[in-house]
Amino acid sequence: MLNPDLVGRTFTSADSVTVTKAAIQKFAEVIGETNIEVAPPTFAISITLEQSQSLLQDSGLDWTRVVHGDQKFEIKRPIVAGDVFHCSSTIESARNVAGNEIVTVRSDLNSASELVVSTWSTLVVRA
Amino acid sequence: MIKIETGAELAPKTFKINRQLLIEYANASGDQNPIHQDETFAKSVGLPDVIAHGMLTMALAGKYLSDISGSQNVLEFSAKFIKPVVVPAGADVSLIISGKVTDVVEGIAKIELLAMCDEVKVLGMAKGAIKI
Repeated sequence: MLNPDLVGRTFTSADSVTVTKAAIQKFAEVIGETNIEVAPPTFAISITLEQSQSLLQDSGLDWTRVVHGDQKFEIKRPIVAGDVFHCSSTIESARNVAGNEIVTVRSDLNSASELVVSTWSTLVVRA
Repeated sequence: MIKIETGAELAPKTFKINRQLLIEYANASGDQNPIHQDETFAKSVGLPDVIAHGMLTMALAGKYLSDISGSQNVLEFSAKFIKPVVVPAGADVSLIISGKVTDVVEGIAKIELLAMCDEVKVLGMAKGAIKI
């Protein structure tokens, strides 16, 4: 069970993540993208998935039972190689539907004070 | 090239998904959940077979948007994962993405995407906003 007191709380990673050209290229190759000057639109998930799991590991959320329900990206500017991000994750909402817990996690990638990409993941924790 | 105006239907594109691509996506994205690679594990948790990462399907739909505007001009992108893309061993599964322009305001086009696999819709409410 997710700890309900954590809804609305934001957790920010202490360590930064640096985007490399190799990481962009690897992601781009999988989808057949040849332009690697900027990251593909969904590249942010390769950072926010791991970061949010780590930031929310003590939340009571059972990641082994999680199914990805939906996903949203807001891209203020494209991610480029050399970006150094801190990730902030917030449990925006949690509700129970037919015994399944439905949790929305927002993760923001900030470069210094600039918000670059926001991601929202709705996770269904199966009963 | 088709003009991006409200109501325009955008040509479908087919993306091939196979087990090898799932391994490559797992390595590129860091999502090593065994349901996307290990058939025995996938079946043990009640799935029909290995399934593609929802985020791989979305990444390919994102490529469809990038092909219209360039990756640097994709501003928003969202989708629901409504049906799994089942990827049997040795098979190439076809994911067919098509799009429709629903609105164009101040140089920003809203695109509604349709993602089909074996005539089943796999993404719901798939929408992007691109700068044109």
